[in-house]
Amino acid sequence: MRLNVTVNGRPRQADDVWPGESLLYVLRERLGLPGSKNACEQGECGSCTVYLDDVPVCSCLVAAGQAEGRQVRTVEGLAEGDRLDPVQQSFVDAGAVQCGFCTPGLVVAAHDLLRRTPRPSDEEIREALAGNLCRCTGYEKILDAVRTAADAS
Amino acid sequence: MDFLRPTTLDEALAAKAERPGAVPIAGGTDVMVELNFDHRRPEALLDLTGVGELAEWSRSSGSDGEIRLGAGVPYTRVITELGGRLPGLAMASRTVGSPQIRNRGTVGGNLGSASPAGDTHPVLLVTGARVEVASVRGTRLIPATEFYTGVKRNALAPDELVTAVHLPEATGPQQFAKVGTRNAMVIAVCSFALALDPDRAAARAAIGSAAPTPRRAVAAERFLAEELPWGTPGPLRDSLKRRFGELVAEATEPIDDVRGTAAYRRHALAVLARRTLTWAWNDQQERSPSCA
Repeated sequence: MRLNVTVNGRPRQADDVWPGESLLYVLRERLGLPGSKNACEQGECGSCTVYLDDVPVCSCLVAAGQAEGRQVRTVEGLAEGDRLDPVQQSFVDAGAVQCGFCTPGLVVAAHDLLRRTPRPSDEEIREALAGNLCRCTGYEKILDAVRTAADAS
Repeated sequence: MDFLRPTTLDEALAAKAERPGAVPIAGGTDVMVELNFDHRRPEALLDLTGVGELAEWSRSSGSDGEIRLGAGVPYTRVITELGGRLPGLAMASRTVGSPQIRNRGTVGGNLGSASPAGDTHPVLLVTGARVEVASVRGTRLIPATEFYTGVKRNALAPDELVTAVHLPEATGPQQFAKVGTRNAMVIAVCSFALALDPDRAAARAAIGSAAPTPRRAVAAERFLAEELPWGTPGPLRDSLKRRFGELVAEATEPIDDVRGTAAYRRHALAVLARRTLTWAWNDQQERSPSCA
């Protein structure tokens, strides 16, 4: 089947899409956007988090066909040109990246949190990031990054 | 595999009648896991996210209000829009997965999957919810108590879809509690819901993930109705709370599995029963004018 979806503001088209494949697979393998990571494929790890019509979701749990005609924003769509989004910059500044695999999902989840709650408490940060696992267990620096981003905005 | 994309409920029901083997998909939080892991290859997916009617809720007019919650309303909206009217359901919804999962998962999907561990089932049982199901043959309301028929089995006919849940607005304290290995992203080891109805001196209690289906603990409910000192201010006797916990544990039929042992589930449910009863009773004391 053919899939039409707007990704990071650009209308995109993918052909020969198998209806049961995930939006994550479409993004990575068909549209050349490997920022969203493929790990657990069951919604446990959050590494594939993207905005679907402005709502953060695990793209591994969205059937490709469910994205037809929708807006998707991936981690690749957060920066403006060469200027990183404040959340991305704060992850760099805080050293909140170890192996980096969980980072794109955490950046999108943190981005959504700060849009809704510009000055989150630590409890709110933990709650908002509860669906994102860091296998290096670098959570302290990640919390620092979100606090820094909140102060910067 | 075909991908069916109805945009109205009538189209969805017609598609399900024509293709009973089509698997309905809404948030995808269960169905996509099965597809990703090659555990299931249905002949077709029936995408319900394009059916706007399913993503709405409404309140019936009249004094004892009833909420009709569309099957496709995600948990995040249950929490933010219905926390006051349906406190028990909102509590259970808050324990589902993570923000990403709550943004997609739905009560309709919980019912369609009918896992014994589904988080909203105990609440649907204690609130007297009725499940609205529809087909091209018509619509019927199934009491939640009759909806769960076995492990991951429900009362749906092959051509039917869950369209909504009808829940009375809370008339007293409601509680939900769940045991898991952390405070997020856990399938319940066991779960428990309690609803008190002080005006009728009645109580309902239900367990999850501790029997082949979610189920009510009827003897424990009867005990509360008879023994709770309705109308008398003050804390509850420890012996009453303990006995309630024992009766809840006796209503279980748990198994040993990867998430926990049967003995642990029995024990934990007795603890959850005592705790939620204490919380609900304290809540009731604060509401009661006699304590003001």
